[in-house]
Amino acid sequence: MRRDTSLLFLLMLPAAAFFTAFFLLPVVHLALVGASGKDGAAAYSAIVTDANYLRALIATLGISAATTFLTLVISGFAGVFLQRNVFPGRSALVAMLTLPLAFPGVVVGFMVIILAGRQGLIGTISQALTGEKVVFAYSMAGLLMGYVYFSIPRTILTVMATAEKLDPKLEEAARSLGASTLRVVLDVILPGLKPAFISAGAICFATAMGAFGTAFTLATRIDVLPMVIYTEFTLQANIAVAAALSLVLGLVTWAALAVARTAAGSTVAAAG
Amino acid sequence: MSQTSDAREKPLSIVLEKCAKTFADGTRALEPVDLAINGGETIVFLGPSGCGKTTTLRIIAGLEQPDAGGRVLFDGEDVTNLAIEKRNVGMVFQSYALFPNMTVAGNIGYGLRIKGWSKADLAKRVTEMLALMRIERLADRAIDQLSGGQRQRVALARALAVRPRALLLDEPLTALDARLREDLRVEIDDLLRSLNITTIYVTHDQAEAMALGDRIVVMQQGRVAQIGTPRDIYQQPANAFVAEFVGTMNKLSGRVEGGIFVTAGGRMPWPEAPAGATRVMFRPEDVSIAVSDGHLNGTIASLFFLGDRVRLFVDVGDAQPIVIEASNRRKLSRGDRIGLSVDPRSFVAIDH
Repeated sequence: MRRDTSLLFLLMLPAAAFFTAFFLLPVVHLALVGASGKDGAAAYSAIVTDANYLRALIATLGISAATTFLTLVISGFAGVFLQRNVFPGRSALVAMLTLPLAFPGVVVGFMVIILAGRQGLIGTISQALTGEKVVFAYSMAGLLMGYVYFSIPRTILTVMATAEKLDPKLEEAARSLGASTLRVVLDVILPGLKPAFISAGAICFATAMGAFGTAFTLATRIDVLPMVIYTEFTLQANIAVAAALSLVLGLVTWAALAVARTAAGSTVAAAG
Repeated sequence: MSQTSDAREKPLSIVLEKCAKTFADGTRALEPVDLAINGGETIVFLGPSGCGKTTTLRIIAGLEQPDAGGRVLFDGEDVTNLAIEKRNVGMVFQSYALFPNMTVAGNIGYGLRIKGWSKADLAKRVTEMLALMRIERLADRAIDQLSGGQRQRVALARALAVRPRALLLDEPLTALDARLREDLRVEIDDLLRSLNITTIYVTHDQAEAMALGDRIVVMQQGRVAQIGTPRDIYQQPANAFVAEFVGTMNKLSGRVEGGIFVTAGGRMPWPEAPAGATRVMFRPEDVSIAVSDGHLNGTIASLFFLGDRVRLFVDVGDAQPIVIEASNRRKLSRGDRIGLSVDPRSFVAIDH
């Protein structure tokens, strides 16, 4: 018994060493750096006391929540549709939808500019039609579009995998009891997809919280937290604040994921 | 009229007219079928997998459309294009298909909730259904806490709660173990008798079909092979497929010579033999073991002790041994030579 435990401990050593060297030490160091500025540990409270930081935090949370919501709505419909309908070009379409997985955030930002920037497609068309040039690439709307674009692939694949496992008999049973299509969606399909929505939504949210490339390309007029951290660090050399903001960003995201995982866990258990 | 009263309308009669089904990939699942199901009748679709029995059920339910030209009539009214949610039929599936996100009571009350029943009426009806299926104590359970038998009781209660015009059951007992299957079968039988509801029951199990059906529709490769009462089907099978699918059937080949069927194992009297018969069929229970030499003589190839009786496989020189059953009082063992006689009134002549 005792030997087993020590053997287990030995086998755990490489993982523990790796975890310590590449996660624990840097985070602890980051935490210390965060408290090393002229304001000391108060740097951590700056995120709520400093109006600019607070606004950036709220903007980041807001856009991440909106991204998650929009992505789930779009992927929910598209994923179930793609899973249930076989038509020519279906696999090509699925492949295209998953393409953004391969793009760095900068490229996604660039695509948003091509579409909705000053020389963009949407602007040109709207000018031809109404005489007014619609440009939203550099606003929250543009950022949101970019985020949704690169969040869809992961979500759609998860939804498709879960939709495949939905028992069609459940829908037939509901319909035999008089349920309309809308009721079937609300009472059978959505509850069935709930675990997929929670796990894919959590990843969506976390990715949007930390996304940098797209924001860097587009965020000339808006501040999201990763951009603020970048600015504090490189332009202001305000290393302590950058470290503190990083830790808070990490903690908020981690908390959101933990909540989602708990909710998903209980759902999975209930579904048997 | 109170919604929870049990006043019953006249049970639904269902007619299928030339209902065929060809799937998108070109598979012909069902040849044109004509069928009239009387109100209050329990009709069983029996056949091996792929015979079209489930497709027929799904056409009646409204889950499948028959090919052009086919019609489904409920009490004379054409419902061919009416979606299942408007047909008011109760369905029970082999896989139970209970909603995992609802409790037992939530499942049973679902159809009533859809129909907009008041909370009080709904609760009363759910309590009634729980009592009917004797699952009162399961009301607040989650579905994953139930055994298979309990799940199927909940599924029945859910289907019946909305007072469907017909009850459609697709292999409801197939997923259960043998003992439970037997118990629930008896319970379903009692339930159907007391409810006087038109019921269509799909199964591949001939014992279930015999026990439950007022009439049985035996299906084979997308066609109706025979429609009749269990007794008809058993005693006067329309063809070799029905004869062999329903119960155990012995067959011997030979020829008729002046009222005698001559076969490798002996000479059997058969006064009413059709001219030129080359094959005869009979059930195990119509064979008796003769004291001395019988019409047929053979050797016991194997025997199985079944408790109340013994099942014997007797080699009478034909391609396949014949199966008979004997009382377990008799001392018989493998390799014994025995004589058999068969009641000629039980002979079935089918040549193909």
